[in-house]
Amino acid sequence: MSIAIRNISKHFGAFHALDDVSIDIPSGELVALLGPSGCGKTTLLRIIAGLEFADSGRILLEGDDASERHVRERNVGFVFQHYALFRHMTVFENVAFGLRVKPRKYRPNENEIRKRVSRLLELVQLGWLADRYPSQLSGGQRQRIALARALAVEPKVLLLDEPFGALDAKVRKELRRWLRQLHDEIHVTSVFVTHDQEEALEVSDSIVVMNKGRVEQIGSPDQVYDHPATPFVASFLGSVNLFHGRVEDGHLHVGEHALAVGAGHVATDQAVGFVRPHEFDLLPANAPGTGLPGKILRIIAIGPLAQVELARPNGELLEVAILRDTLSVLGLREGDEVSLRPRNIRVFQNNERLAA
Amino acid sequence: MAIRKRFSPLPGFGLSLGYTIFYLALIVLIPLSAVGAKTIGMGWEAFWAAVSNPRVVASYELSFGASLLAAAVNVVFGLIFAWVLVRYRFPGKGLVDALVDLPFALPTAVAGIALATIYAENGPIGSLLKPYGIEVAYNPNGVLLALIFIGLPFVVRTVQPVLADLEKEVEEAAAGLGASRWQTFVKVILPHVLPALLTGFAMAFARAVGEYGSVIFIAGNVPMVSEITPLMIITKLEQYDYAGATAVASVMLIFSFILLLIINGLQGWMQNRYSKGA
Amino acid sequence: MSATIALQHGSLERYETPSTREPQWIKVLLIGIALTFFTVFLLFPLVAVFVEAFRKGWGTYLAALSSHDALAAIRLTLLTAAIAVPLNLFFGISAAWAIAKFEFPGKRLLITLIDLPFSVSPVISGLIYVLLFGAQGWFGEWFAAHDIKILFAVPGIVLATIFVTFPFVARELIPLMEAQGSEEEEAAVVLGASGWQVFWHTTLPNIKWGLLYGVILCNARAMGEFGAVSVVSGHIRGMTNTMPLHVEILYNEYNYAAAFAVASLLALLAIVTLGLKTLVERQSHKQKTESLALENAS
Repeated sequence: MSIAIRNISKHFGAFHALDDVSIDIPSGELVALLGPSGCGKTTLLRIIAGLEFADSGRILLEGDDASERHVRERNVGFVFQHYALFRHMTVFENVAFGLRVKPRKYRPNENEIRKRVSRLLELVQLGWLADRYPSQLSGGQRQRIALARALAVEPKVLLLDEPFGALDAKVRKELRRWLRQLHDEIHVTSVFVTHDQEEALEVSDSIVVMNKGRVEQIGSPDQVYDHPATPFVASFLGSVNLFHGRVEDGHLHVGEHALAVGAGHVATDQAVGFVRPHEFDLLPANAPGTGLPGKILRIIAIGPLAQVELARPNGELLEVAILRDTLSVLGLREGDEVSLRPRNIRVFQNNERLAA
Repeated sequence: MAIRKRFSPLPGFGLSLGYTIFYLALIVLIPLSAVGAKTIGMGWEAFWAAVSNPRVVASYELSFGASLLAAAVNVVFGLIFAWVLVRYRFPGKGLVDALVDLPFALPTAVAGIALATIYAENGPIGSLLKPYGIEVAYNPNGVLLALIFIGLPFVVRTVQPVLADLEKEVEEAAAGLGASRWQTFVKVILPHVLPALLTGFAMAFARAVGEYGSVIFIAGNVPMVSEITPLMIITKLEQYDYAGATAVASVMLIFSFILLLIINGLQGWMQNRYSKGA
Repeated sequence: MSATIALQHGSLERYETPSTREPQWIKVLLIGIALTFFTVFLLFPLVAVFVEAFRKGWGTYLAALSSHDALAAIRLTLLTAAIAVPLNLFFGISAAWAIAKFEFPGKRLLITLIDLPFSVSPVISGLIYVLLFGAQGWFGEWFAAHDIKILFAVPGIVLATIFVTFPFVARELIPLMEAQGSEEEEAAVVLGASGWQVFWHTTLPNIKWGLLYGVILCNARAMGEFGAVSVVSGHIRGMTNTMPLHVEILYNEYNYAAAFAVASLLALLAIVTLGLKTLVERQSHKQKTESLALENAS
């Protein structure tokens, strides 16, 4: 089922949680709402579910206006950040809950309930836990039970609030892959909220990056990572180095040095260039060609990669990631003067990306 | 036997535990054991004669019956109190929240004479009820009324924190799965507070059975009709029938200890239910 | 940001989401039931005490309070509380220290035994001292031979009061100190503090609100106890009557105005107790949320 979010605004007291947000989510997609805490992503998820009502704007489910519909009638599955399992019920009864509370004429018989719950528990690979209580489960198991419970009522939309937030790093990674596989299996339109860019990049079909109650960018993981639409997106997804300067004749002028950025860029005095750490080449200071001068302060080896901290002549610090092999081939050491050659620069003015 | 199983760097274990046990024995255990000793010393026949006397049996019926009923009433109203105090905003809420504990704080004799005065047939409420043929004071109704009064805070104060502790998300999850508000209440909220409700019930019941001060002023104390068991003990004492008083007291004590065990069991259940998050 | 918003919104709004809200009429009905019950069962009796006390005017009220017997009852009540509360306070701290800071077998049993006086009828609490110190009691003869009066005298009243107020401080402190653990005390020991310094500088500041709470409740019960004291007192006017017993005598003599006058002092004590209790709860709640907010912020 497709979801259309139209001009949603919501405030709590003086705090604007959402400001004119519009998003279209096609049927069957797995979408991440990504942003820092307080950006309004959870509020938006709750509004889609009907757990919260917007001040203005509409939610369309499969083209139908569902804005005034109670959560009971929206046919959405919601997985809470802390799972919200019913503590006094067994795992089986938790999953069966949604079936048991159906109006009598739609309620499946006991046999059917048993079958459907078992099937769901198999789907989340936890059939052997049916008689346990939530307090006897690990975090990852609780998460999967919460998911099975949400799926029991065959929702047309699955909404997950920070689904991996409360888990430790290893379980989190496993569960991410598993969620992706599960989605490929059942293909229900899914939206999940996360503040973890890695999670969003790995799991989702497309990412909605949010900040301060607004949508910054919508796109595939590659698009938002490689072609960030705003400085916020550029810096929120991965780390970046910033260069302030002016754009003229297809070059970004940083101090007395000029870096080619392409002819399409409009001339301006207040441009900022964004370069990711792995998008630099490092060459000895006397190498031919134009680059920015810098001095290596520290080299930190992390597996096959080296993280290099540099200082520009004006004292600004830079971070560069480079293969350790490359570094040793070039013979560069701490204290050496080098020339920095960005391979890719995204240039922004104020909040706008300058056309590339 | 090494009591100090786990080493602790903190001082004062022997001293504090020693004093605790000494003081406990001196004030509580030795005096209480006097009841047991006296009861055993009096012989079975005398004991049975004292505790099965018709007037005493009538007092058991009243004390236990009225206490049970009062505790049941308190469960219903205690839950409503806890609910509105936790969830709603209304004028006078702060006052209500503070005064729920009045039955704990108000000396029982004061509560007794106040209730008797209000509900007597010429009192402000008693006179309103009288035309309808309802007489509250100086009969078993009065006993029930006083016991409801003193039992209320037990239920409210055990249920209130547990209700406040229930995450909103759990109720939202139920609603999201299609449950109506009533279904959510019956299937999710009520089971959650059930151990607390039962604990509150047992505590209110235990307190009511032993209550004396607030009851005797409004009960009328008519033999075979509105005499409570604690009053029977006092009556026997006033007649210098120490053995008889002790026999009745030991019946009450045994009952109290059983209730105490039940309450402890319930609290263990509560701790299991509420401490582990899910 | 989100933490401060949660604090501003308080704990009530969290229920005000569309899916967890009851229809307005149910809300009104429930509040109505609670307020009615509250008025009839709690507010009326409290108000009635003061109305009855002043029914015959200030003159009668003051006369009732300043009569010789009333003053004697007030003195005895104050004396009893002044002995019982500190003793139980000291016991409570000692018991909580042993139970909360150390592991030993039989701990749960000890806690249950400490709670015992709460589950004993007040009348029985008095009776046990009659059995011990009465004419035929265990120690009765010995004390009689040495001409020491315990029963139907002040010592008996004090003992019965200590018994009924026995658990108050301990049961406030034990869970509180168990929850706080002993890390801070251990840190103090490592830094070289003596046992007394550890308690005074580390433990006491952490438990002060719980301690105060326990003392307030203990004191209220000590001054207001009726059943237990009634059994051991002997009801000798001007000698062994506490305030609640004096109220009873006046009431039974149909001297309502005087009975309620003395009762109004006890009711006032109850109001002060509840006020202090609310204050202490707010303080300890404030302390908790503040430290929580700090933890979240860091």
